[in-house]
Amino acid sequence: MDAIDVRALRKRFGATVAVDGIDFRVPPGAIVGLLGANGAGKTTTLALLLGLITADSGSVRVLGHDMARDRFAALQQINFSSPYVALPYRLTVAENLRVYGHLYSVRGLEARIRELAETFALAPLLDRPAGQLSAGQKARVALAKALVNRPALLLLDEPTASLDPDTADRLRAWLLRYRAETGAAILLASHNMTEVERLCDEVLVMRAGRLVDRGSPAALIARYGLADLEAVFLDIARGRPEIAA
Amino acid sequence: MSASARRIWGLIYRHLALYRRSWPRLLDLAYGPVLQMTIWGFTARYVLNGSGGALAGTAATFLGGVLLWEVALHSQMGFSMSFLEEVWSRNLGHVFVSPLRPWEMLAAFLVLSALRVAVGVVPAIALAWLLYAYNLFLLGPALLALFVNLLVMGWWVALGVVAMVLRHGAGAGALSWTVLFGLTPFAAVFYPVAVLPATLRPVARALPAAHVFEGMRAVLGGATMPWAELAWASGLNLAWMAAAVALFVFEFRTARIRGALLVIGE
Repeated sequence: MDAIDVRALRKRFGATVAVDGIDFRVPPGAIVGLLGANGAGKTTTLALLLGLITADSGSVRVLGHDMARDRFAALQQINFSSPYVALPYRLTVAENLRVYGHLYSVRGLEARIRELAETFALAPLLDRPAGQLSAGQKARVALAKALVNRPALLLLDEPTASLDPDTADRLRAWLLRYRAETGAAILLASHNMTEVERLCDEVLVMRAGRLVDRGSPAALIARYGLADLEAVFLDIARGRPEIAA
Repeated sequence: MSASARRIWGLIYRHLALYRRSWPRLLDLAYGPVLQMTIWGFTARYVLNGSGGALAGTAATFLGGVLLWEVALHSQMGFSMSFLEEVWSRNLGHVFVSPLRPWEMLAAFLVLSALRVAVGVVPAIALAWLLYAYNLFLLGPALLALFVNLLVMGWWVALGVVAMVLRHGAGAGALSWTVLFGLTPFAAVFYPVAVLPATLRPVARALPAAHVFEGMRAVLGGATMPWAELAWASGLNLAWMAAAVALFVFEFRTARIRGALLVIGE
């Protein structure tokens, strides 16, 4: 059973086709990157996967559950993080983790919070309001929140945006460790090509709502005959005809 | 605790933790009812003294009206402000992608609303007793029925406000402060419906509050509880609540179609 199975997914907002009949699968344990310029349809795709937006047509199955009919069963097993969706800033880190632990019905919640605090070096921050943390600390808390229910599928929107290289590197290492330990699948939208090259087994490239190419980072670089994934991204974003969508 | 109860508790805990750390929010809970009680208490005393005691009944209806109308106001504010707190903290995205069902979210807001009423109105009731020797509990068992109807009226008005926020974004949250205040003239809080012009009486009669306050005045006047008024209030509450739930469901579905849940706080 795939972690994600998307078929002929389409979403239009007025005259704008945000997602235009895309198909893709994310196998269990895979880390897949969703690339594309601003407005390419990445955030809409993530929102469709999470059930925040209903599709005009097509289907989304997450961990075997049809998101149109059975999304809450899937939501119990997935989690999400985005720098554009905040955690309540007046609540302490521990309170935030406790809130989401309850929302996801996590068993042994206090032990899980201690475990996450140890993993992400949050113990000294547990009693501090989330609004008083630095960007790096907030990112660690956001990732701890995203892992509170030990998700089988993690959806991340620009997980290292605005982070310094050290914090971003640590965060990537945590993601790789989590995948290795749990076999969870991860779908991440990112503009950081170094990150995508390091983390992703496969990359999906979107332009104007369509998937215009896909493959492993190495395969894409080789196919386009360019130096790195950033050059591939620029080539696609600036209008090279699609190769093998 | 069932999974559903835990999710509801999770959202309640989120707001209790917020109030615990925010003294302005705590102060705001009791500020309005206490202020209203102080103003209307002295007004009632002035009327009472000026009439040589002849208008004792009128003074009592002022105080009873203030206290009970605060139930509806706080019920509505407690519900809609809980939703708006999520909007303002840009947290709705996390809430809506958690397994929390929409009805569970609403259930949590109902509990928070009831708590807010308790914390906000009880000090005003105590103040009325201490300063003006006015005992709201003299209304007897009827008080519970009147109280519950006003609580429920606050809930359906709040649900309508939440639906408008889903439709029009965070800016519509301003309705939270204005909608029920705007209904005050028609709620017959301080005067009977008969005082209103004939053209406005149907508007008042369509509101549960008008029937509640007609009932309150009857009981304070020494009559038994007019059960017909209470039945009207309850029936109207059921009808309005059904309409508000239908509006919320429609706007929630529409918001998911429009992608509004992503940008509701923008």
